[in-house]
Amino acid sequence: MRRDYDVAVIGGGLLGSAIAWGLGRLDARVCVLDEGDIARRASRANFALVWVQGKGLGFPAYADWTVEGAGRWPELAEALRYQTGLDLCYERPGGFHMALSEREMEARAAVASRMAAQGAAAGIELLGRDELRRLMPQIGPDVVGASYCPMDGHVNSLRTFRAFHEGMRGLGVDYRAEAPVEAIEARPGGGFELRTPAGEMGAARVVLAAGNANERLARQVGLHAPMLPTRGQIIVTERTGRFLDHLVMTIRQTDEGSIMIGDSKEEVLEDAETTLRVGAVIADRARRIFPALARLNVVRTWSGIRVMTRDGFPIYDESTSHPGAFVACCHSGVTLAAQHAFVLAPMILAGRLDARAAPFSARRFADAPATLAA
Amino acid sequence: MFRRAMADPRPEVGITIDGAAVRAREGDTVAAALLASGRDVRRRTAVSGAARLPFCMMGVCFDCLVSIDGVGNRQGCLIAVREGMRVEVQRGARQVGR
Ligand SMILES: Cc1cc2nc3c(=O)[nH]c(=O)nc-3n(C[C@H](O)[C@H](O)[C@H](O)COP(=O)(O)OP(=O)(O)OC[C@H]3O[C@@H](n4cnc5c(N)ncnc54)[C@H](O)[C@@H]3O)c2cc1C
Ligand code: FES
Repeated sequence: MRRDYDVAVIGGGLLGSAIAWGLGRLDARVCVLDEGDIARRASRANFALVWVQGKGLGFPAYADWTVEGAGRWPELAEALRYQTGLDLCYERPGGFHMALSEREMEARAAVASRMAAQGAAAGIELLGRDELRRLMPQIGPDVVGASYCPMDGHVNSLRTFRAFHEGMRGLGVDYRAEAPVEAIEARPGGGFELRTPAGEMGAARVVLAAGNANERLARQVGLHAPMLPTRGQIIVTERTGRFLDHLVMTIRQTDEGSIMIGDSKEEVLEDAETTLRVGAVIADRARRIFPALARLNVVRTWSGIRVMTRDGFPIYDESTSHPGAFVACCHSGVTLAAQHAFVLAPMILAGRLDARAAPFSARRFADAPATLAA
Repeated sequence: MFRRAMADPRPEVGITIDGAAVRAREGDTVAAALLASGRDVRRRTAVSGAARLPFCMMGVCFDCLVSIDGVGNRQGCLIAVREGMRVEVQRGARQVGR
């Protein structure tokens, strides 16, 4: 039996599932077409920060979008908890970006003053070593200072991912694993045919939310998603009693007590390995920030491939050659989850991205095709 | 719960468990010494606080986590007792720096 849907979402990561959940709440008939369990998914590998500090430097609309998204996280966490019973452990303790040298401190100061100059809503404070030590007595002698933003928070990201999937199911969204989309064809009378190894699917609208695979899919429907993915490595220690009351951009303590240490950036796209060379560097920095961490046992390490657009900023777009085709991809899909569920999904159902999404069109890239909505 | 075999000829080794002096035997693992001590040596897990005792005795299950000479989260079944060793049953998560 084949069914026709209002919207087919391609990709079941944090973006696809947030959008599909948002659409399901609006009573749309939705299917999510996804790869199988062993696919690469940034959504299973991330650091779980709802991070605001410094986001949107040189791109004020992204700074505002991030502040709004972080601000709506409590609403998202509550809606998912109400529906699924899962506690996403959202907290907003404020975040520090540590400086281990005067040069790093100057770089923090430059970010703070440039964000202030562009009128960013999220203020960044600079703290010298003594001030910082009053808030975080655990810091080591190498810490020179830090920048701080009270809007930074974190969640249990794997549970968030699960909650979106359970939530989708509860709303009647049709989720298909092992159904990667191979081709998208426009139907003569409007709408799309999607070809997968699990059969064909029809939908009035289609949303590309396939992470880095958006680059290839976008071309089929007159969209543009130039990607430049990078690899991040993460180290996780055994669970410990409460040690950190605040976040550090590269170190956080999870709700269950593990200390996560991240995250590096390499232009390598193999996620089935971790390397001692990179692990040693991030562990050493963590040890210099908090010397007491040095004695903890590491219990896991992993690599993840970031969904990263060529300029690092989100892409939300719609096609003029293929009306009803949309694309969504970004780094920071945890931070922006509420925006995707509450703001982007309704626009997609309405069939039109509005002014809030307009700044994120791929028209900003020099090689953009003429088929992007103006 | 456990009784030592009468004919065990191994020499005794003195350790403390939660500060109390206990006679173990040379070659005992810390987990075996805890079980043979007759004391309540149930640890508490880090997240839910459930009670646990050493289980697999071969390094796989991590249910024997214990603090030894001030260092937390050590696998008691993989470490042999030494004279004067200070063993503490770990109730909850390890603390950073200990
Ligand atoms: C190491 C690391 C740390 C990070 N830390 C943070 C953080 O602290 N805070 C934060 O906000 N963000 C963080 N991120 C980013 C965040 O994880 C991503 O932005 C987010 O997961 C992207 O979700 P996605 O759904 O776009 O991509 P993915 O999770 O990659 O999902 C893409 C999905 O599309 C599917 N797919 C691919 N091709 C097809 C096809 N042809 N047909 C159907 N399905 C297809 C895949 O199987 C997959 O399910 C981090 C990422 C990494 C790697
Ligand atoms: S008893 Fe199983 S690991 Fe020690």
